[in-house]
Amino acid sequence: MRLIPFLLSAAVTTTLVVVMDMQLPLKGSKTPRLGYFLSPATGFWQNAENVSSNFDLHLQSGQLHGKAEVYLDDRLVPHVYAQQENDVYFVQGYLHAKFRLWQMEFQTHAAAGRLSEVLGAGKNDAILNHDKMFRRLGMVYAAENSLKAMEADTLTKNACDAYTAGVNAYVSALKEADYPLEYKILNYKPEPWSNLKTALFLKYMSYELAGFEQDFENTNARSLLSKEVFEKIYPYGQDSLDPVISGEVPIALPANNVQRPAGADSAYLHFAEPTRAIDSIMKPNKNNGSNNWAVHGSKTKSGRPILCNDPHLSLNLPSLWYEMQLSAPGYNAYGVSFPGAPAIIIGFNDSCAFGVTNAERDVRDYYETTFKDSTMQEYRYNGAWQKTTFRDEIIRIKDAASDTEHIAMTVMGPVMYDKHFPDILQSGKAYACRWKAHDASNELRSFILLDKAKGYNDYIDATATFQCPGQNMAFASKSGEIAIRQQGQFPAKWRRQGDFVMPGEDSSYAWQGNIPEQANAVMLNPGRGFISSANQYPYDTTYPYYLGGVYQPYRGLIINRKLASMNNITVEDMQHMQTDNYNVFAAMAKPVLLHYMNESALSAKELRYWNQLKQWNTRNDADETGPTIFTSFWDSLKLFVYRDELHLQKHSLPVTEPEASTLLEGLLKDSAYVFADDITTPEKETVTDMVVKAFKSVAPVLQAAEEKNELVWGRFKKSRITHLLRLPALSRTGLFSGGGTNVINAFTETHGPSWRMVVELTDETNAWGVYPGGQSGNPGSAYYDNFINEWLDGKYYKLQNVKKEAIEKQEALKGVMVFEKA
Amino acid sequence: MKFTTALLLTALLGFALPLYAPWWSFAISSLLVALVIPQKPWRAFLAGFAGLFLLWGVQSAWLDSANSGLLSSKMAAMFGVGSGIVLILVTAFLGALISGGAALAGSFVVQPKRVRATVVEEQEAAETTAE
Repeated sequence: MRLIPFLLSAAVTTTLVVVMDMQLPLKGSKTPRLGYFLSPATGFWQNAENVSSNFDLHLQSGQLHGKAEVYLDDRLVPHVYAQQENDVYFVQGYLHAKFRLWQMEFQTHAAAGRLSEVLGAGKNDAILNHDKMFRRLGMVYAAENSLKAMEADTLTKNACDAYTAGVNAYVSALKEADYPLEYKILNYKPEPWSNLKTALFLKYMSYELAGFEQDFENTNARSLLSKEVFEKIYPYGQDSLDPVISGEVPIALPANNVQRPAGADSAYLHFAEPTRAIDSIMKPNKNNGSNNWAVHGSKTKSGRPILCNDPHLSLNLPSLWYEMQLSAPGYNAYGVSFPGAPAIIIGFNDSCAFGVTNAERDVRDYYETTFKDSTMQEYRYNGAWQKTTFRDEIIRIKDAASDTEHIAMTVMGPVMYDKHFPDILQSGKAYACRWKAHDASNELRSFILLDKAKGYNDYIDATATFQCPGQNMAFASKSGEIAIRQQGQFPAKWRRQGDFVMPGEDSSYAWQGNIPEQANAVMLNPGRGFISSANQYPYDTTYPYYLGGVYQPYRGLIINRKLASMNNITVEDMQHMQTDNYNVFAAMAKPVLLHYMNESALSAKELRYWNQLKQWNTRNDADETGPTIFTSFWDSLKLFVYRDELHLQKHSLPVTEPEASTLLEGLLKDSAYVFADDITTPEKETVTDMVVKAFKSVAPVLQAAEEKNELVWGRFKKSRITHLLRLPALSRTGLFSGGGTNVINAFTETHGPSWRMVVELTDETNAWGVYPGGQSGNPGSAYYDNFINEWLDGKYYKLQNVKKEAIEKQEALKGVMVFEKA
Repeated sequence: MKFTTALLLTALLGFALPLYAPWWSFAISSLLVALVIPQKPWRAFLAGFAGLFLLWGVQSAWLDSANSGLLSSKMAAMFGVGSGIVLILVTAFLGALISGGAALAGSFVVQPKRVRATVVEEQEAAETTAE
């Protein structure tokens, strides 16, 4: 034996193995364990799915009650045929896990404030702060409350139990080599699923759809402005309003007896000027919206209703949606489901179709809380000291010591901000957050019942208990009905309640109960022959309850205008409409801009862009330069008009951005729009001055874009669909596409129609749909992003809600799975 | 002959062992092969190196071709290494280096103590003729 060379070579080899088995630091992040990751036996090569894979499977489980068969069609959409109803959810759980496991766990980790566990605390603790924010908002508290409601109802309890068992049947059989790619990149393991995780996922949707508020920003704006000016810059209602529930429906409503506190007008807080720069407040995307509509048979070529829906959400890979058919005795639904929850969420069955858009109502408010001392054991409430209770939540952090969030719970809700987690305005005070999603609720019940609905009465019964996030629920049936209602449980508010941070020590500022169920009016078979919603106000402002929230009028306006003028409607007409790029807001704003512009004030170069704008047909098509010029110009004009009133130059406190409709309606109404004057100068500026100034200020931006060949909208918009981990290699970037804000095709930078569906309720359902993703969550699968090009082109796939006998015969099947009782 | 046997055995065991044990377990089998088939250190290293280079290279190229290079191109972009082919070579080289190192260590265990340079040279000459 040659000892020294042996020791040397053994040491070098061992070191190599050890280093290759470690996550190495790389640019503030970490590499995978390279040896493990590159090994063809265990690493990413195992995720390189054979492009002609067959997905046949035979599985036995003691948790099944009978037999279930799954046929995967040519697009890898599973058609599930179960002999027992709850087995459908077992199979759904199994399929979600098989094709989307990483995303469902990652999203529920995000909801539960557990990302630090797998990603570490992040740069400047960004990830840890995200986790703290979600914990303190009460996400876990909310999910626990809802879990109780879900498990108290046999229907949803059975569905969730079967679903969880199905997920776990897949997870428990996983070998390291089979882990989804992202586990290998980040170096962690999947954990068992639970009903709580399903509840967490649903609360994450509540955060996305009912978590938006601007209370701190409004409070700042209110402290800068008189009440009168505030009402003008942030008006309640809109001139161009065409509400979801139009005047055709007489709403017989109980009187609103909500008491407005006497001091409500003077109770606003004033925040001190901050000493450091203020980060933006993390929020769900304001554009989380959607379109849905249904046309009556009297307006269609077939004489049958057509229902359409396209929910607008952040577009990610893997996609939020998973398409499938679920069938069992008494159940045959097709549509898209959430990996993470049982049931079809948006879709249709053999009798009817259903789709949702977001209600946009403000159901999240803040209360300033006064604690007796720094221990926070007691807080002031109605003139006495009230005992605080605490929730301790432990945040585990990868490669670091755990962090414990000691969350004070008050009658006004969990204390989101205090000295341990300071508010972004650096006020040093404590604020409790009251959020509708905190309340126990069982939204899953509504979706399970909708999946089985036979007609209008079932739709009403299914939606009646839906609480949060409030939705505009559209319905159409083969028996000819079309209907819509804005359903949710909404706090009954006095005017402007919850627009600002409120005093927490006075119970008269608390929510005083809910708007009664019957005040969620239903519009059934209206004379105009259609129903629709697109995140506009649900009713006009004569509705007896305050409708606080941020509403976008324009998509609703163009949808209603188009539908009113159409007759003999076909599925193709609806597909064209759903992908239409006409910008109705620009069409309304452009004449105003043209009217006020003083062309002689523009240079030759500026005039060139101006002429392009003048010639623009107000369609946000990808190859137009008009949308780029218009959007930049409008944003700039809004800034020039309001920045003096809102102290945007010197004041660094964040304030609410005025809505586009406010400026346009102001300019349309009044040629001497009062806010055009720059109050910081002695001169009296006119609208023309502002229009010229704003246009001149964007010309250099447009020129820079033109030099990079990015002036056309399809490139300027920089549309992309990114992987949840924001890894460019797993994302689709540089998507040349039209659409945008205030356009029916609402595809902006990273946000847009996450599922387009058109269902004609003929005897044999004629349904079409597409989403920007693919059925497999595996970046190494040919089915990862294969729908994106079709979606970009505005094309649709035929949706086959078929009998087993029909699908069995198809030749392009990608696999047959058999699930049996063990 | 010995070289080829060692190479094939290294590849075979290097394939089988990680099916049941951690990814690096092939290092142990490569070392064992060098113990069972004694060769001069540089030959043992080469056999260990080539065995895993072929194994991991062929395995990853096989998976990659069935996958039409979908994932390797994404992973190449993530690592910033140009193309999937480069990634196959990197994969093969990494496995080969560890395997060769383990085989080298193994060969030193069965190698007689170096006494005089001339003896070693004579041995080498004898071995070469034997093959």
